[in-house]
Amino acid sequence: MLWKHYHTPSTVQEALELLRSYQGRARVVAGGTDLLLDIRFGNVQAPEALIDITRIDKLHQLEADETVLYVGAGVTHAQIARSELVRSRAACLAEGCGVVGGPQVRNVATLGGNVAHALPAADGTTALTALDAEAEVVLDGERQWLPLRELYQGPGQSLLDHGRDLLLRFRVPLCGANEGSAFSRIMRPQGVALPILGGAAWVRLDESGAHYQDVRVCIGPVAKTPTRATAVEEVLRGQLVDDSALERAVSVALETLHPRTSKYRATKAYRREMIAVILRRILPRAVQRARSSAAVPQVRA
Amino acid sequence: MSKLQLTVNGKSYEVDVPESRMLAEVLRQDLGLTGTKIGCEEAECGLCTVLVNGTPVTSCVYPAFRAQGAEIVTIEGLSEPAPAAEADPMTELKLHPLQKAFIEHGAVQCGFCTPGVIMTAKALLDEDPNPDEDAIKAALKDTLCRCTGYNSIINAVKSAASELRGEGPIPWGGVDAQLPPLKVVGHSVPPQEVVDKVTGHAKYADDYVFEGMLFGRTLRAAYPHARIKRIDTSKANALPGVHAVLTHEDIPGDNIHGLIYDDWPVLAAEKVRYMGDPVAIVAADTEEIAAEALGLIEVDYEPLPVVSGPLQAAQPDAPIVHEEWKGGNLLKHIKVRHGDIERGFAEADVIVEREYHTPTTDHAFMEPECSLAVPAGYDAEHPKLTVYVGSQIPYEDRRQIARALALPEDQVRVRGTLIGGGFGGKEDIAGQIHAALLAQATGRPVKMRYTRQESLLFHPKRHATVIRVKAGATRDGQLTAVQAELYGDGGAYASLSDKVMTRATTHATGPYAVPNAKVDCYVMYTNNPPSGAFRGFGVTQSAFAVEQTMDILAQELGIDPVDFRRDNALRVGATTVTGQVLRESVGLLETIKRVARDMNRGDPESFLWGWREGNKAYGWGFACAYKNTGLGGGAPDRATAEVEVFPNSTAEVRISSADMGQGLSVVLAQVAAEELGLPPERVHVLLSDTDLTPDGGPTTASRQTYMSGNAARYAADAVRQALATVAAEHLGVAPDALVFAEGQVRANGSAVPLGQVVEWMRAQGQDAKVRYTYDAPKTQPLGTGGDMHFAFSFATQAAFVEVDLETGEVRVLRIIAASDVGRAINPKMLEGQVEGGIVMGMGNCLTEEFIMEEGVPWSTFLARYRVPHITQTPKITSHIVESPTAEGPFGAKGVGELTSINPSPAIANAVYHATGVRVYRIPIDQDALLRAIKGGKKEVHATWHDVK
Ligand SMILES: Cc1cc2nc3c(=O)[nH]c(=O)nc-3n(C[C@H](O)[C@H](O)[C@H](O)COP(=O)(O)OP(=O)(O)OC[C@H]3O[C@@H](n4cnc5c(N)ncnc54)[C@H](O)[C@@H]3O)c2cc1C
Ligand code: FES
Ligand code: FES
Repeated sequence: MLWKHYHTPSTVQEALELLRSYQGRARVVAGGTDLLLDIRFGNVQAPEALIDITRIDKLHQLEADETVLYVGAGVTHAQIARSELVRSRAACLAEGCGVVGGPQVRNVATLGGNVAHALPAADGTTALTALDAEAEVVLDGERQWLPLRELYQGPGQSLLDHGRDLLLRFRVPLCGANEGSAFSRIMRPQGVALPILGGAAWVRLDESGAHYQDVRVCIGPVAKTPTRATAVEEVLRGQLVDDSALERAVSVALETLHPRTSKYRATKAYRREMIAVILRRILPRAVQRARSSAAVPQVRA
Repeated sequence: MSKLQLTVNGKSYEVDVPESRMLAEVLRQDLGLTGTKIGCEEAECGLCTVLVNGTPVTSCVYPAFRAQGAEIVTIEGLSEPAPAAEADPMTELKLHPLQKAFIEHGAVQCGFCTPGVIMTAKALLDEDPNPDEDAIKAALKDTLCRCTGYNSIINAVKSAASELRGEGPIPWGGVDAQLPPLKVVGHSVPPQEVVDKVTGHAKYADDYVFEGMLFGRTLRAAYPHARIKRIDTSKANALPGVHAVLTHEDIPGDNIHGLIYDDWPVLAAEKVRYMGDPVAIVAADTEEIAAEALGLIEVDYEPLPVVSGPLQAAQPDAPIVHEEWKGGNLLKHIKVRHGDIERGFAEADVIVEREYHTPTTDHAFMEPECSLAVPAGYDAEHPKLTVYVGSQIPYEDRRQIARALALPEDQVRVRGTLIGGGFGGKEDIAGQIHAALLAQATGRPVKMRYTRQESLLFHPKRHATVIRVKAGATRDGQLTAVQAELYGDGGAYASLSDKVMTRATTHATGPYAVPNAKVDCYVMYTNNPPSGAFRGFGVTQSAFAVEQTMDILAQELGIDPVDFRRDNALRVGATTVTGQVLRESVGLLETIKRVARDMNRGDPESFLWGWREGNKAYGWGFACAYKNTGLGGGAPDRATAEVEVFPNSTAEVRISSADMGQGLSVVLAQVAAEELGLPPERVHVLLSDTDLTPDGGPTTASRQTYMSGNAARYAADAVRQALATVAAEHLGVAPDALVFAEGQVRANGSAVPLGQVVEWMRAQGQDAKVRYTYDAPKTQPLGTGGDMHFAFSFATQAAFVEVDLETGEVRVLRIIAASDVGRAINPKMLEGQVEGGIVMGMGNCLTEEFIMEEGVPWSTFLARYRVPHITQTPKITSHIVESPTAEGPFGAKGVGELTSINPSPAIANAVYHATGVRVYRIPIDQDALLRAIKGGKKEVHATWHDVK
């Protein structure tokens, strides 16, 4: 019924070898807050072995150089939400990870698991998408960097074969001068605690702080995989930062994003309303952070 | 099996266990550390929280082998054995400041959540010595408590933090009860079990283990309605490790049980009538083997058309749920007739009529059901078949077990364990009979622990209702008539439907003097889970309807809703719609006054019921409620208690009544202590044991403080009189001249210990022991007029809400409550009942609905059935009104259900005042509410189950 073996390798190499030796009959587990419940309740058949990656030091590292943040796949949401560095220079990621579950879940659940589980609107995923993150993976034995979106094949369907492949870490550009980001989500107090709608925005303003130079927005779920709201980004680029730009962004979002009704979660009509609400919440906050980016603390090595 | 090495609470352990073990299982089963509780196994409830290397995690989804070599701290590790000087007087332990604070602030009721809550709070304080309220709420966001309503928990955490910082603990705030306390009654004495509950030593049914114990599991129906053609258990029987597989054919006695109606098969025979119906039961060496065996049982069904709701059930062509029942799908038609309804409406200047819907809801007590049966003669402690269970009605359990097993009742013993919350949901039989059958069949003890998911699937729920109310009043605001029609979803079996819906019916016109009334209630059998008792007992539903109707009517009349209620409120001398003249103890007007005063209505000119500020709308809502104490309706209501005093000047009260966290044990201790002149800590209370305690009757209908309280009081009084007679002889004074105080009997300046008098009595061949049966004042059946109930409690509440105009989200910011409870016997316990009831009522309005799809439950995970979290808890101001009832113990009447009734209508009224949109169906759906606000609509008739 349940797994027979539980392995806690301490290196990536060892984990890959274990996976190989089970020939698909083993499965990677990180925090287990998705996987173990899926196994317990019969949504996923129990593998013969679980390969626990939580003792692989390398996968737990949260480090940065001047411009790039590396988040190990095994870093927990709690670590991310707490990190001074992430809070100041990848703020939407800290915000997204900071609302996953409750403290006990965040203490074990990982960003890697959030992405590998492949739901289109998981909170970590939404933030990473807006930050244009890339993922380092071992795919069919080959170590490589992929844009995040390539990992998603459909709701709950990851490019990764969880019995063979490993997600190692994420590479996230840090916000520099005139850059900022923000995340927000809408929940309901009944039923499953998945966001009705979540969104993250990243902006780069010009020197004066008056214009949007570049923008990235991810709002979901509006598709089977996490998607950037490119039309919204387009309409904001080069525009003066003001209410009318924001409202233009909202109307473009409403024209181009097509959320669906999901049972016991939200109607399409409500989700459309929330697209506007979320944009009006995250864009101004991202702008505000971009303008105060001088205050971002020094990167600690 | 592999070696696992752990350090738990500073002690090193090495165990040999399967690699699939979760940490919670290792702690509870392999190490016997049962302080860590299991409430869901979904990482939802937080009750299993322990610290792994200092970090709080939910041990139910934490693989044990991940913790190889780790340092673990569980609740048992927080207190330490202490030198006598520092030890808590009630134990030998030095308690952690959190443990002390939880006791001091009344943050412990059933105690089932307490270990998890304390461990989560401990992790917070380790990191942040001075957390503010938001930080406490953030830390405890996913650690649930179903009893307290969380305010006491917040206060306790603040207090412990203060003590740990060296600033000393913060004392409990107290309540504003008015009656001067007596020697013991009126004081906040801590309950006898509370130290065990905060240290993790308290034992609930699943914490008991016996040598050679097997594990039972139940095969449930595969369809909500189907004929059973064939059951084949042979493969399951052949599975190694399986000791018994039983079906309806293996029941020695009657294959039937039920609380009032015998309509519920112990194991389904011809038909299954809902998805929770048990078809077969298995006992095996482990839970895993038992579960595997269930998968090997073959059942052939012929699916039948499903009755999915009460309105459908009432259609002439509806499929029939119980072919043998004379009334078709109509379980009961309940009627109230009062005055002349036609004339009443003819006299009205304004008439309003509306329809409301309330959902099926689940008790979600934090402890899922568990029964453990030990066969007769298994060991010296169990000469007879013994069932350990946390039950609200031990004697009813015994009757039903004996009947199914064809045993005389006295050959069965039900031993009540602590109960991790009940709220009405532990009155029906759960696994008691099944465990007993399996124990008898295997000759071994059998534990049947339900998972949360099985608990949700199986146990009786709150009735979903459709309620139409029509009410009329004159221009000057006098109610002239109220007419109501209720349809109740009784589910597949009767359970307590009859009584619950009778209460919904008799209370459907609200706590008002209504001269003309006509109420019809139709309780229908359906293929949904049975509906039964749930705190509020039907009144929760009808109050939602009538209290909104009263607001609507007041508005149509142009009268302030508070004034309108005040003018029509029941008062002494008024007649209820069942024809009962209220002669005393009607504190409703006082509760209205207190709440209205707190709403800042001192200046009526500036008071606003609702307003908008930016993207937020704010509103106040008002609601009154009343609730009977005791069974009433002509049912004989009695409770028997035994009180014994011992030579060491202690006493014991024995009664079978249940303490599910509401604090009955301490109430009984206080009542007896008051009578005997003993300090309350010298009175032990033994509950819920059919061999050792006399029958206290069911713990339902808010009756125990009154009924068991009176039985204990009169028994104690009789013992005192017997002791007085003996003491008077020995001391040479008249019995009247004796004073019983502080454990002594005093006369003329001299004093002897109470125990000395017991010795004298024993020397005369008499025990200082009396059994007293208290019979409640006689009541009348519905329809015959006169006193249908011997007492009512009254409550008024105002809710203050914030509605986010961008998202439709509703937050309750504040509840002001005033509750007339007759007398506050234990103010701290009372506050807990009030606050816990309010937050449960808020859940009923905002978060909870048990969803079924054509009889198939969707809400079978705690993740799909959300109860209020600490982050949703409002600020609560609670006033206690004491309008004593002459017959009640020291004036007390029931409180357990009362305060859970008002919140739903009060919140709905507040949402109306904030937004101008009236919500006719709960739980309030932000999606539909927002669309109504945006679309300029005035009404919402949909809820989230309509989002498809
Ligand atoms: C009570 C509760 C509340 C929750 N609330 C939220 C919420 O608000 N928002 C939200 O987004 N999610 C939520 N979740 C879901 C879950 O916690 C997150 O998705 C979490 O990030 C999953 O991480 P994990 O480490 O636990 O993953 P696991 O369960 O360990 O793994 C998930 C999947 O990823 C695979 N996997 C994990 N790590 C790797 C790796 N390094 N390489 C390859 N494959 C890997 C596993 O094989 C599995 O298929 C909640 C869960 C619970 C139980
Ligand atoms: S969270 Fe572990 S039992 Fe509920
Ligand atoms: S005391 Fe918290 S669940 Fe009962």
